[in-house]
Amino acid sequence: MSKMLLAEFAHAHRLREAAQAASRRGYKLLDAFTPFPVEGVADVLVARPSKIRVFMFAGGILIAAMAYGGEYYTAVINYPYNIGGRPPNSWPAFMLVPFATGIFGATVAGFIRFLFETGLPRLHFPLFAVDGVERASQDRFFLALEAPEAEGERRGAMDSLRGDGALSVREVDS
Amino acid sequence: MSAVAIDDAAPARRFTLPSGRSYEKVDELVTAPLLEREAWSWRVWWIAFAASSALTVIFLVCIFMLFTKGIGIWGLNTSVVWGFDIADYVWWIGIGNAGTLISSMLLLMRQRWRASINRFAEAMTLFAAAIAGLFPIIHLGRSLYFYWLTPYPNTMTVWPQWRSALIWDFWAILSYLLFSLLFWYIGLIPDFATVRDRARNPRQRVIYGALALGWRGSARHWRVYQIYHVALACLGVPLVVSLHSVVGLDFAASLMPGWSEPIFPPYFVVGAMYSGFAMVVCLAALVRWGFRLQPVITAEHFDVMAKVMLAASIIMGLSYLTEWFNAWYAGEHAERSLIRFEFTGAYAPLFFAMLFCNVLAPQAFWIGAVRRSIAAVFGIAIIINIGMWLERILIIWNTLSHGYTPSMWRLYIPTIWDWLTTFGSLGFFVFLFLIFVRLIPTVSMHEVRDLVAEEIES
Repeated sequence: MSKMLLAEFAHAHRLREAAQAASRRGYKLLDAFTPFPVEGVADVLVARPSKIRVFMFAGGILIAAMAYGGEYYTAVINYPYNIGGRPPNSWPAFMLVPFATGIFGATVAGFIRFLFETGLPRLHFPLFAVDGVERASQDRFFLALEAPEAEGERRGAMDSLRGDGALSVREVDS
Repeated sequence: MSAVAIDDAAPARRFTLPSGRSYEKVDELVTAPLLEREAWSWRVWWIAFAASSALTVIFLVCIFMLFTKGIGIWGLNTSVVWGFDIADYVWWIGIGNAGTLISSMLLLMRQRWRASINRFAEAMTLFAAAIAGLFPIIHLGRSLYFYWLTPYPNTMTVWPQWRSALIWDFWAILSYLLFSLLFWYIGLIPDFATVRDRARNPRQRVIYGALALGWRGSARHWRVYQIYHVALACLGVPLVVSLHSVVGLDFAASLMPGWSEPIFPPYFVVGAMYSGFAMVVCLAALVRWGFRLQPVITAEHFDVMAKVMLAASIIMGLSYLTEWFNAWYAGEHAERSLIRFEFTGAYAPLFFAMLFCNVLAPQAFWIGAVRRSIAAVFGIAIIINIGMWLERILIIWNTLSHGYTPSMWRLYIPTIWDWLTTFGSLGFFVFLFLIFVRLIPTVSMHEVRDLVAEEIES
């Protein structure tokens, strides 16, 4: 099983600086676990750009098109009737339903994509077994690095993390 | 140049007290009522719960009576065919707008202080919109056919009338409710994880853990979360504006004097924001007091919310003036007669009370000391809530009581069932809100931690 180094910080800015420094030194950053989004950390982690907005757009357009299609079919094709001479396809009046349902469609599509990209729900995760990691949702900031194979290099990495202000650096199973 | 100098000299605004300016303190403040129940006195909660349960039962009895006897139990007549039902609907849906406005619009405008209040404002939105959705159904008279609003293949081979504002209402409310529910839940996921990690009782850990979906605060997840959250906010603003515009169109799409006005949709949206903020202020004061959240909900919050209400009250005043001006300038007899009726007719005392509540009373917010007094802001917010309800009932009563045909002029005399339904719905709202504060973190912890981090570093 591969090992990783888990460094614990008390402040968001310390985590950010340590992540940037570690990446400069050429260590492989695996992830960070924080109680709120820390600006600048995700950029260092080389996360793939999220496609969530594309999915939301597509989901919204799809549902909106279905809604308008439904209106068109029922009011123009299946059962057209004349009310005060208004055209069967009264598109300005038909806009609200596709608009509202389209936004709902985008929301649902985004949520499905959110679950897909995050891999949630995943109720158990190996990291949860590590003592003290429950504070990642409360008041501590964790940085996970891939542990270098060589003993000396590993020690060097741990020392530099401590130098960057880590309260503790541990070697844990990843 | 002098403006810059003043800005530099002014101390940075802080929305948390020093006693709450640590992550642990924020977590403790918010999770204690959920996890350390024994340590809390729930007496006030139980009293409120008993009272709201009683009102909820009354609300159910009202609906039962309505279903068995029909809408004749209300004060409706052949002229005033809408009454408390629609006024309550518009009032509730207006309140149901503010949570999303606070969450979405203030998020997009980077108003960080919203962190302390957005969670319960969103809960308020959800409950208020759900209650609002009941009123159009019960006002139908033949409520059992409400599903005719949905397009489904039927033996009559007819479809919904898509040009009708009632159909728009149905879809707008439905979409809005589901949107709000998801938006609220997304914001809750990281907080459920915090509750899970702080819980010592295994059952709580399992329940909150399942609700948190196994959230672990990964930076990669936060990034997706943030993109999704901001995208939702961008969608939420137009949705909420469209929702209340449609409510305005329910009136404006008609041909009645006083209703057929293009100003209605935007004026309704502002009114919704106005009454919604007033309700948020009331809830903020109560939640702050009840759960000892003084360190994270401060006088600064009330100060900024009072400013929003002040701005809204001025826009409301301008909207009323525009209505009067247009009635006079257009010169149509029925419109002018309606305005005269508003000021001198049977409902005039209520009309003046409304003007006092919505336009005059909030002018006290020009004074800084008033904005910073939570009691004063709370009191004025209650007045605004009453004023906004009066506005909605008067829009209906005045126009329907004083339409084009003088022989049709009638007054609306509310019955006991009108009042019980209205207060019953209020009780039902309180009932839902009390359950919410007991089971779900009332303040968005991760966003307040972010706010705290910023205030520590600044």
